[in-house]
Amino acid sequence: MNEIIDGITRAFQLIFSGDPGLYGVVYRSLLFSGVAALLAVLWATPIAMLLGLKNFHGKSLIKGFFNAMIGFPTVALGLLLWLLLSKAGPLGFLGLLYTPGAIILGEALLVTPLIVSVATNAIESVDPEMMNLARTSGASESQASIAVLKEAVNGLIFSYAAGFNRAIAELGVALIVGGNLAGFTDVLTTDISNLTSRGEFSTAIALGIILLVIVFGINLTIVIARNPRVLIMIGRMPQ
Amino acid sequence: MLKMTAIAEINNLTLFLGNRKVLDDVTLQVQEGEILALLGPNGSGKTTLLKVLAFLLKPDFGEVRFQGEKIVDGNLERMRLQSTLVFQKTLLFGTSVFNNVAYGLKMRKISKAAVKEEVENVLELVKLKGFEKRAAKKLSGGEQQRVALARALVLRTKLLLLDEPTANLDPKNASILEEVILKVNRELKTTIVMATHNMFEAKTLPHRVALMNSGKITEVGPAADIFNQLSRNLASFGAVENVFVGRTQMTDTGTTIVDIGSNVQIETAVRMKAETSIFISPKDIVLSKKPLESSARNVFKGRITQVSEIGSLARLTVDVGKLFMVQITKRSFDEMAVNLGSEVYITFKASSVQEM
Repeated sequence: MNEIIDGITRAFQLIFSGDPGLYGVVYRSLLFSGVAALLAVLWATPIAMLLGLKNFHGKSLIKGFFNAMIGFPTVALGLLLWLLLSKAGPLGFLGLLYTPGAIILGEALLVTPLIVSVATNAIESVDPEMMNLARTSGASESQASIAVLKEAVNGLIFSYAAGFNRAIAELGVALIVGGNLAGFTDVLTTDISNLTSRGEFSTAIALGIILLVIVFGINLTIVIARNPRVLIMIGRMPQ
Repeated sequence: MLKMTAIAEINNLTLFLGNRKVLDDVTLQVQEGEILALLGPNGSGKTTLLKVLAFLLKPDFGEVRFQGEKIVDGNLERMRLQSTLVFQKTLLFGTSVFNNVAYGLKMRKISKAAVKEEVENVLELVKLKGFEKRAAKKLSGGEQQRVALARALVLRTKLLLLDEPTANLDPKNASILEEVILKVNRELKTTIVMATHNMFEAKTLPHRVALMNSGKITEVGPAADIFNQLSRNLASFGAVENVFVGRTQMTDTGTTIVDIGSNVQIETAVRMKAETSIFISPKDIVLSKKPLESSARNVFKGRITQVSEIGSLARLTVDVGKLFMVQITKRSFDEMAVNLGSEVYITFKASSVQEM
């Protein structure tokens, strides 16, 4: 029990201490997961558009594949990537192993199925005639697709947020292909794992709290940005 | 007088949706400046034909021409600028009324100032001035359909396609829409093709009527002809609600009995020709749970097979051997506590039966 209270006290001390080591690891976590989620968004959105807007043979199979891949264990993906990126592996020449690039690539691949599946559902939930409404208003095919994406914007943002959440909270990929090199590839989750194994529970708890605050903070910001009235609702809650 | 120039031509067009043949060897010319009504039962291909005329669906066989030019993949997007469709189901973007109406103008790269002016004008036309900033999807059903119409009207396309524009509207909103449809046809010379089920609309708005059944056009002609001489088809496949065809028999008291089949005989107040088509307005029919003791001559027992609610009104289909559409207020409907499958009586006066 003491360790938990110590951990919480330590967390606040750390947060307000201005410790550059702490800010470094927070920065790297945000940067790696942010870039990874962004990359995944760039390729997952067109895939979701294709799956959500077009009808073709094998579509259900592809959707099923992405749904199943959401549950792909992060350590298994980490291991697979390690084998590919290690010196003896087919992608060893890239020299990516134990670099931020490996973490970003791995996390981007990890969150792709999640973004594709949630975004596809969001696009499919838009009335299929919306595309025709845009076309008959004079939109070109690409403009009509954008109109449908705009209608699905809440669902799309939710899929992107979910992707970022999974990226920042995952451990397996960052640990295996990043190597947890202090000040270079260590992130919040790898540090928590490392500190726990060394018995430094209070610092681990502190980092855990920071991770939670980041995830909650970013998601709350998204909710408020989409619907500022949430703030008024929070203000009206019984004290 | 209308100039007899075809603005759109459909030649021997066959179209499949999946494995189903939805349009079957359809040939139709839409004359410039006319209002053409497509009449037919559900599933007869009216909506599909409108989508063909909006260049949203491509034929599997046959061709579509607009102002003489054949529609091909290469000119599809350019041709769509000349024709626009208002869908039966009210479709709106999840944004303001202004942005909804302005969408097509923005696609046409019209200047901001002109867009503002055009949108204001068209909203005045559909009696929605001052609604610009309102969220379109939060308006009432009738107001939403008027936004949808304004979205199309503002484009001033040569061809305006309306898919059952008043089907889901209360009488007030329906009459606003009908007024606007007539106005744009008369003043802007917009050619209009509309699908409808509504007897009043089909009889009063169009210059010509095309009857559709099972993906085919069975008759085309001036509205008056279709409703007089050619009305057998109109009644026989239920193209419009409460229109029946039957053999007549005079009674001793000077009224006429029309046998419309399925053991349904309707008494009318006037003499009619031996074989005739009759219409009973859904508003003239009284619905009750027990037979009414009244002066009305026509009482039939049946079951409710369909219920749709439109604003303050409820429209019920009652099967008495033949299907009758009955329109009552939603409040009456709620108070009567009837539902799908309920046994009910329909009652109407002999004088409510109109010969067509």
